[in-house]
Amino acid sequence: MKVGLFVTCLVDLMRPRIGFAALRLLEAAGCEVVVPASQTCCGQPAWNSGDRRAARLLAEKMIAEFEGCDYIVAPSGSCVGTIRTHYPELFADDAAWLERAAALGSRTYELADFLATVAKLDKLPGDFTGTVTYHDSCSGLRELGVKAQPRALLAKLPGVTLTEMNGAEECCGFGGTFSVKFGEISARLAEKKCENMRASGADAVVLGDLGCMLNIEGKLRRLGDERTQVLHIAEVLAGEA
Amino acid sequence: MEVRSMHFKARAGAAAADKALQAKLSTAKGLFVEGRKRAVAEIDLEATREASKAIRDTCLADLDVWLERFEQEATKRGGRVLWARDGAEICRLVVDIARRHGVKKAIKSKSMLSEEAGLNAALEAAGVEPVETDLGEYILQINGNEHPSHIIAPAIHKTKEEVAELFERVHHRPRKTDIGEMTREAREMLRAHFLSADMGISGGNFLVAETGSVALVTNEGNGRMVTTLPRVHVVITGVEKVIPTLEDLATLMRILPRSATGQTISNYFSVLTGTKRPGDTDGPEHHYFILVDNGRVGLVGSDFQDMLRCIRCAACMNHCPVYQTIGGHAYGWVYPGPMGAVLTPLYVGIENAIELPHAATLCNQCGVVCPVKIPLPDLMRKLREQQVERGLRPWGERAALRLWSWLARHPGLYALAAKLGVRYLNWLAEGEDRIRVMGIAPSWTAGRDFPAPEGRTFRELYKTNRRDR
Repeated sequence: MKVGLFVTCLVDLMRPRIGFAALRLLEAAGCEVVVPASQTCCGQPAWNSGDRRAARLLAEKMIAEFEGCDYIVAPSGSCVGTIRTHYPELFADDAAWLERAAALGSRTYELADFLATVAKLDKLPGDFTGTVTYHDSCSGLRELGVKAQPRALLAKLPGVTLTEMNGAEECCGFGGTFSVKFGEISARLAEKKCENMRASGADAVVLGDLGCMLNIEGKLRRLGDERTQVLHIAEVLAGEA
Repeated sequence: MEVRSMHFKARAGAAAADKALQAKLSTAKGLFVEGRKRAVAEIDLEATREASKAIRDTCLADLDVWLERFEQEATKRGGRVLWARDGAEICRLVVDIARRHGVKKAIKSKSMLSEEAGLNAALEAAGVEPVETDLGEYILQINGNEHPSHIIAPAIHKTKEEVAELFERVHHRPRKTDIGEMTREAREMLRAHFLSADMGISGGNFLVAETGSVALVTNEGNGRMVTTLPRVHVVITGVEKVIPTLEDLATLMRILPRSATGQTISNYFSVLTGTKRPGDTDGPEHHYFILVDNGRVGLVGSDFQDMLRCIRCAACMNHCPVYQTIGGHAYGWVYPGPMGAVLTPLYVGIENAIELPHAATLCNQCGVVCPVKIPLPDLMRKLREQQVERGLRPWGERAALRLWSWLARHPGLYALAAKLGVRYLNWLAEGEDRIRVMGIAPSWTAGRDFPAPEGRTFRELYKTNRRDR
């Protein structure tokens, strides 16, 4: 099974270790992993900013780079949401591209979803010990239905106790460029998320999107919380947390 | 109503810091969100949403046909159907009706169209005293004609204590602390108005084409007084509110109160048909319908037609993290929250509400609770597209987006830019694991740290690692 790893631009820039953790997990699941060297961004920022032309050019690039793979996997719900849910809207007026976009979308998975649903990975390298709470990212949850999959994977780690926080499904306030356009609102939403997390008593919040991760970690540290860890599910599952 | 949506950013920023406001909103949110959750569990939610959407789509596909049918049926039963192009025409028509019937006082039940038109001011200017009788609207009116901040709970931004203080000041009665007692006091104040008014003005939740009826969903009973006591009743509602049959009304009523207040059915539900007939003990002698365009007709057949399905339940704002943080006033016009972020620019002009379609994280909480399946985030995104197409975005934003998307299409240069970017961010972090002040995005670091990057990009590390193998 040839799997194309779409690293995503935020992992490339901010947290390469999450990319390597994803690679390790996919290899542990027996996949032949390819990482196309020319990959950059799926076009989500352009799409959400209303720049349809730029979004379409990047979508074409993405499709051409990855359509040779059996599956495409990314450690990010919002990037996969863009590819699976929104690419077809971008190509609505172009039958040939629409077909290619839809074909790619049907084989593109968020990492936890892929590991749980397609690869059915059972033996996980992770050895994390502690109580964790899972933050559902908006795109993962509401565009892709990622909810049970990461929890099922975490439950396979003997040292992990999962506890649910209040408002796990509520937005952390990141929202891409929203986080800087409306910094005050965004930071206030992150604060509410942090309050819920801390009330859950968890040692770490685990999540599947880099945007949420930067937002939540940034707010926790600003609030003076140096203890609560903010971890991507790939790090926890791969034993790199 | 005057449009103040251009000031969104400043007002939203101030509201985001207002924890007292957020506490008030969260109390109501708990009530509405939990209530809805319980109530929709009683029905086959997805099937009912799908059926409701289909009913609304059917009407919108042949809006002119259903409106004509409505006009015929309502006229047959003694009503008069008038058409208003905009707010000014609403005001002119209502004032004309008031003059024709020698009206001195008009009692009102909730109507957002009346807010769109600024009707109260027009009535006052014409010598007619408007009295709001919905408790929330009444509170706002006696507080210097304040604007509503929520479409079904207009005074949601006020605490019990603030209202107690207001009542004491305006009613000249000893201060009450119990909500029941305060409500009774308001009822006593309103009773005299109900009995002395010559005209009642209401909105309409739905217009039923086959019977020429207006359906009203209320909880306080004031709607019944407004629509049956005075000799003249004027319904003001948008043209998109028409539905074909009573059967359709029954379907929509399964989902509207549940989505709005978490009620299986509202306390009062009235279907008003025709004028007072011989032998009737109450009902208006004159029944007018003012059916309003004010931007709606232009949406038929456009990319935004889905928005016309809206049945004004407010579930979108009740579930919106942004609305719950800043409240309704920041949105600067009649409709707040996600539905307002879409409707306001469409009704008052995209250029007059530039920030609203961006005032959302696109979390889609609104989309998943909408009873008529309006894809609100998609519509906000389309409005953003129109802003880009019309060159309405700020120069700096356009330049940044253009540069970034060009780089993203040139992997070699992109890799170099990423490499340099990471080093720049690490320089800003000054050896720490976080950036405390970031000049390129000061609004991020005003309220949060920005975690520092690890050090090298994935791309750089991957190249090295693979060479090692």
